[in-house]
This record gives sequence, structure tokens and C-alpha cells, in this order.
Amino acid sequence: MSKKPLIDLVDITKSFDDTCVLDDLNLSIKENEFLTLLGPSGCGKTTTLRILGGFVTPDKGNVIFDGEDITQVPPNKRNLNTVFQKYALFPHMNIEENIAFGLKISHKSKAYIKDKIKYALKLVNLQGYEKRMPSYLSGGQQQRIAIARAIVNEPKVLLLDEPLGALDLKLRQDMQYELIRLKNELGITFVYVTHDQEEALTMSDTVVVMNQGYIQQMGTPEDIYNEPENAFVADFIGDSNIIDGLMVRDELVEILGVKFACVDKGFGNYKPVDVVIRPEDIILGNPGEGSMDGVVSHLIFKGVHYEMEVMANGFEWLVQSTVAHAVGTPVSLRVDPFNIQIMNKPESEDEKAVTPDE
Amino acid sequence: MNKRKLLAGPYLIWAIGFIILPLLMIIYYGLTSPDGGFTLENLSAIGDSIHYKALGQSLLIAFGSTCISLLIAYPLAYILSKNQGSKKDIIIMLFILPMWINFLLRVLALQMILANTGILNGILNFFGLPSQHLLYTRTAILIGMTYDYLPFMILPIYNAMCKIDRDLIHAAADLGAGSKLIFRKIILPLSMPGVISGIIMVFVPSISEFAIADILGGSKILLIGNVIEQEFSLTNNWHLGSGLSIVLMVFIFISMAVMNKNDAEGEGQMIW
Amino acid sequence: MVKRWIEKCYVGLVLFLLYAPIAILIVCSFNASKSRRVWDGFTFQWYIELFQDEAVIGAVRTSLMLTTVAAIVAVLLGTLASIGITVMGQKTKQVFMTVTNVPMLNADVVTGIAIMLLFGRFWNLGYFSMLAAHITLGVPYVILNVMPKLQQTNVSTYEAALDLGASPVYAFFKIVLPDIMPGIFSGFLLAFTISLDDFVITYFTKGAGMNTISTMIYQQVRRGINPKMYALSTILFLLILIVLWIANRISARQVQGTRG
Repeated sequence: MSKKPLIDLVDITKSFDDTCVLDDLNLSIKENEFLTLLGPSGCGKTTTLRILGGFVTPDKGNVIFDGEDITQVPPNKRNLNTVFQKYALFPHMNIEENIAFGLKISHKSKAYIKDKIKYALKLVNLQGYEKRMPSYLSGGQQQRIAIARAIVNEPKVLLLDEPLGALDLKLRQDMQYELIRLKNELGITFVYVTHDQEEALTMSDTVVVMNQGYIQQMGTPEDIYNEPENAFVADFIGDSNIIDGLMVRDELVEILGVKFACVDKGFGNYKPVDVVIRPEDIILGNPGEGSMDGVVSHLIFKGVHYEMEVMANGFEWLVQSTVAHAVGTPVSLRVDPFNIQIMNKPESEDEKAVTPDE
Repeated sequence: MNKRKLLAGPYLIWAIGFIILPLLMIIYYGLTSPDGGFTLENLSAIGDSIHYKALGQSLLIAFGSTCISLLIAYPLAYILSKNQGSKKDIIIMLFILPMWINFLLRVLALQMILANTGILNGILNFFGLPSQHLLYTRTAILIGMTYDYLPFMILPIYNAMCKIDRDLIHAAADLGAGSKLIFRKIILPLSMPGVISGIIMVFVPSISEFAIADILGGSKILLIGNVIEQEFSLTNNWHLGSGLSIVLMVFIFISMAVMNKNDAEGEGQMIW
Repeated sequence: MVKRWIEKCYVGLVLFLLYAPIAILIVCSFNASKSRRVWDGFTFQWYIELFQDEAVIGAVRTSLMLTTVAAIVAVLLGTLASIGITVMGQKTKQVFMTVTNVPMLNADVVTGIAIMLLFGRFWNLGYFSMLAAHITLGVPYVILNVMPKLQQTNVSTYEAALDLGASPVYAFFKIVLPDIMPGIFSGFLLAFTISLDDFVITYFTKGAGMNTISTMIYQQVRRGINPKMYALSTILFLLILIVLWIANRISARQVQGTRG
């Protein structure tokens, strides 16, 4: 999958009304990858996308596209297309006219346009909708027309701004598969913005986790989930237990007064760290059989598993297991060394931005 | 059955009493002669040269003032709708404010400006230009009506433009449209409901107006409004006045049907 | 940047044209000469005479009374009607709205004459005919402003109030009314303005010897206007400016309040 970078965002800074939205952002997007900008609202992900689309001009920094600086190029001259959050279909044009909009501007022949519309509608599974007006379509259908309208122009990059946000859960899941299929069929770069971590992990080749204008972590969905680099990422992606710890030496960490074996090295001796343990990685056993003992304080059935809270050594541990333990049951907790994730504590002002805002 | 419907009862009675009944009165008077017999003469009286000339003049002036208002208001509304800054409400207010000054007084002030020895000619002479004879001409009435009804054209168009989703404009740009094309393909068609409301709100009052014609036309130019008014205030022929009113009403409803009447909603809702 | 400059000039020019006549009125109200063409020195004479002129004060009183009562009645009728109309079936609703739109879309001359004929034939022209005409003119504007607010109002908040034990009347006053208040308020303002500025309908429906500000000015136009009228309009203009300024301050504070 490794390709040369198609887009480079270099030192991008952007403020709105004295509020800094993006601060010295650097991001490289490879050709033919599905890259997702993920973060809570206000993290700067949409602004980043709008800078790519050309609707927002950065205060500082450059947008390099295919080796060319396009920072000052207006949206209509950029070889990328956007799928807008609320679809932005032109309400006074029918589906055919909507899809043909970009093609007519680039003076394509009538026959070509007709073919393209047919092809695009087939691609999004809406054959025969040419003459309908957008307001007569459901949200999911409008969404797919918005995608069709963008892709007929054969952009090198498709920008998608929370395109599934307005759809219900079932439709959203179907559309996720649609999008992956589309991306593979078209073979173009997708830049996708969402606040939904499940969406991001399901579809992306690369996930960029953002918060307060900074990139917190960038990597494959597996990397992001299994090895979060800081407490924000750990907290934002999936459920997790984030605990203060003390790195005694390489491969040994002390948590709540108990020493755990781990696999991380190079943090130094007796250094305070953040420790992340995923709830599904905690193994419950009979008292005395694990690293520490505790008592189950809450139990909820979640469908695929049970979710429990276990009070042990003054910390409420979140645990997921397929076996239920009734509230009040004494249990022991054990974690395999490779499931313990060690992170540096934030030191500089910048890094403090990673504190998850509750 | 929903009891809440009954709340419309008082207004229903009111509307029957003061909207429908009066219209029936006009029709009754318009279709009868002073001795009480049925006649179509009051309607066919529009064929008299003095009447159809007045109607023709009214249509011409109403059409003219509607066109000029549209030409002035459209670019203005477009410029104002682009400005979404903190001061936009105040600027819009500035365009509504003149409507709160009694329109007769404003027209009177226009009379001072347009008079032969008035301010406009003073300025023209100052620059060595010849005086213009404007007052008591059709041009003066046209200027007066345009001036008076301009805000009614600005507001609906402005409102329609503000309602256009910014993302539609972004989407068009994203698909390669330049600013001219965006204007022609997106802004123009989507602002049409406002334009239609504006046209109706200027055309209807200006076709029937008689006070402005009285002040700026100096009773020399008779519009259909003046003719009808005089049937009631001077000659006291209610039957003829009603007959001509029916004709005028028919003209108004026809022109509104032409203007595609599906747009009654946006009207009257202004920004305060 | 040149484009921005041209745009600003254009806005400025239109504003100038709109305000030039008003500025002239204000200047004339301070002109010692009765002639409109000669500046004869600054004076407050017209303002003093204005307050001593019984006829003018009477007309102002009639105008304000008429307009206020008409706007209040229009708001009551219109708001009740709006609530009724929103729960009507599609067809009844359409008929109702068509009838409602008539006074708004019809020529004022025709509306005025029609009401005059009704009163002239069966009763007399007088204060009540004038009031009836102004109310009829105002209701459609109230309905037009209240209906959209009612349609936006979340039905579930009303139902939630009922669910929590409120009576329909209590729920209406506590939940629905505050929600549609902005619509009622702008409907009131619009009805008030339309009625205050109206000349044509008043002209036809007023009784003999009665005058509002509009009809008084129209009478004077024919005989030669007294500068007192300029003074009156200047005072009204200032009053409107002050009211608007206060309204602006209040809404600005409300915006701040919701943000803080």
C-alpha cells in the first residue's frame, strides 16, 4: 500500500476570531489511501478538510497537492471534490442536473455526460433516479447522490465531511461498506472527517486523531487502538482504564502499589507514567489468583459481553468479559504484559492539550 | 375532532364580515345601476378613453417602478446578504427605517427636490447643467413610487438570499463553478421566490396608488386609482367606482397569477 | 478590493437616496421661513406651535389610539386563528389562508372602498369603521408571522407539559406562548406599522371631521402644508430611532446573556 505522498499540509495555522483552531499542523496524505481525521467537535478536523477543499485559507502554511502549491487556488480550480455534511444537493435541480453540474462546467460532451450519470447512479445503486428532485429522496439516497455528483468529475481526492452523521445506525453501517467498496472501485484517495471512532476504525487505512488543533496520533486503525500514544487517544478510542503508574525499570511498572510486568522499555527508572489497559484485556479470576483482588461493584449485560466495574486498590476498573460475576463477588485481576500500554505523562503546554475534555 | 380549530372561529366570523362581505358589496354595486337594476355598464366603462388611458398609465408606471426597484434592489440585496458581520442587522434596519416616516411626508419632500426651482435643479445648475422639468410629469410619479416602495423589494430578496445554504455555494465552487456561474446557476434561481414576492409587493400598491400621483403629478396625470377615488369623493357615483374597482382587482389577480402565486409565504415576514 | 469598494459605494448611494428626503424634512422643521425654498434662519417656532395646535394633537391622538387598538385586536384574533389553522385539514387551511391573504394582496383602494361601502350602506362611517378596516388589514400580517413559529414549535414540549400534569391552557401559556412570542411580537410591530403608515384605507373609511396624521397631511398638501407637520415627523422619527436603539440594546444583552 505504500505510495508517494499526494497531499502535504505544511505548518498550517488557522485562527477564527482569535481562537486558534489549527496550530502548526503537518500532515501528509498518500495516494490511494483512505485517511480519516478523527476527533471530538472543535478539534480542527473540519477546518483541515475545508482548507483542503479551498473554502478556508490558512493564516500560515502551505497546501501542496501533487507537488504544486495550491494554498491560494480557489475551490473551483482544485482537482478534488467534497461530499458535504448535509449533502448540499442543489434543491432546484433534479438528480441528473445535480450530477451533471461539474461535467457541464468542464464542457464534456452530451454523450459523455449521459454515460457518466448512468455509471455514477449504478455505482451508488440508484439507477432510474435521474429525473427526481432531491427533496423527494431519503437522507441515505441524497447522501449517495452527493457522492455520485462528486465522483463523476474524477477527482484525485474525495473529501467527505461527516457524510454519515445524519443517517440512522443501520443505514450508517451499510454506507460504511458502500464507501469501502467505492474507494476500492475508484482507486482514488479518500479524506474522511468523523467524530465516530467506530466509523474511523472500520473504514480507514490511516487514522489521524486530532484534538484542539493538534494531531495526537497518526497510524493504522490497529496501531491507534492497540498502542495509543497518549491518554487522550486512549480515552477517545474505545473504552479504557487510564491509571497513574510508576515505571520502576524497563519492563516493570507499579500501578496502585502493585508491580506488573510489561513489555515497554526506555522510559527511565522511577518515572511517573500513564498506564492504559483495555477493559477486554483484564482477566478476572478467583481471589488470590491474580495480581490484585477486588469486588465487583456494577454489572451490565451488553450483548456481546458483560461489562463490570471492579473496585480494587482504590480504583474502579472497567472490565469486559463473556463471563458474568454478580455484584459483590470478590474477584482477582490479571493482565498479560503485552496488554499493558505505557505512555509518557504530558509535560509541555502543548501536550496538556491532550487532556481529554469530558 | 380537535377543539383547537374553534380558536379560529372569531377570526372566521371577522373575515366573513369584513373581507368577504365588503367584496360582495363591491360586486353588488359594480353590477347594478343607481336605480337598482342589473347592468354591466360599470364594468364596460373601462372602455371609455379616460378610463382605459388611466389604467394604461397606471400599468405603465407600476411596471416601470417595479422594474427600477428590482434593478436597484437586487444587487443591493446581494451585497448585503454577503455581509454576515456583526453590523448586518443595523444595516438592514437602515433600509427599513424610512418606511416608518409617513409616506406622504416623504413624497412631499421629494416634491421639494424635484420642483423646477428645487434642490435637484439647484445642483444641476451649480454644475452648469440645464434644469430639468420633472415635477408634475409621469417621471416624477415614477420616481416617487420607486422611492416609496423600494424597501418592499429589498427585504424579500435579501431574505431569500440569506436563506441560501452557504454549503450550496461551496458545493458549486467545489464542482468547478466560478463566481459568475455560481451566481447564475445557484444564487439567481434560489433567490427567485424573493424576487417574486418583491415584485408583487411593489407592483400591487403602485398600480392602485393615487396619493403619490396627486402630489407629484399635480392632478394633471390621472391614474386608475385617482379615477376610482374621484368617483367616490367628487362625483359620488359608487356604482361606477365599484365597477372600475372590480376591473382593477381582476387586473391585480391576473398579474399575480402570472407572477406564479405559489409564493404567498415569504411575504410580510420582515426582519425587525 | 476595488470590488468591495464599489459595493460599499453602491450601498452608501442607495442609503443616501433613501434618506435625502427625510433629511430635507428635518431641515425644514427648523426653517424660520414658511417657504420650502428659502432658508431663513434656525427656529423652534414650529415645534412650539405644534403642541398648541389642537387639531394636530387630536390627529396624533386618533392615530395612536387607532393603531394601538387595531394592532392589539389583530394580534388576539390572528394568534388564535393561527393556532386553529395549524390543526385544520389541508383543504380548509388553504381556503382560510386564501381569504386571509386577500386584504394583504388586494389594492388598498379596493379594500378601503369595499369596507366603506359596507359601513356606508348599513351603518355609518366613523371610528368603528376605521378601526374595523385597520384590524382587517393587520390580521394577515400577524398570522403570517405567528404561523411559521407555531409550525416550528416542537409539539413534544407541549405534550411533555401535558404529560407532567399541566392543563392544556396552562401548557399553552407556559410552553407554547413563550415559544411563539417572537412571531407575535413581530406580527404586532408589522400590524402597527402598516396601520400607522396607512393613508388610503383610512381615507375611505374615516368618518367626517375625523383625522389621523396621514389624512391630515393629505388635506394640508392640497392647501399648502404647514411646517408644523415637518416638526411632527421629525419628532416621530426621533422617537422611532430611540425605540429601535433600546430594542437593539435589549436584544444585544439577551444574546450576551445566553452566551454567558
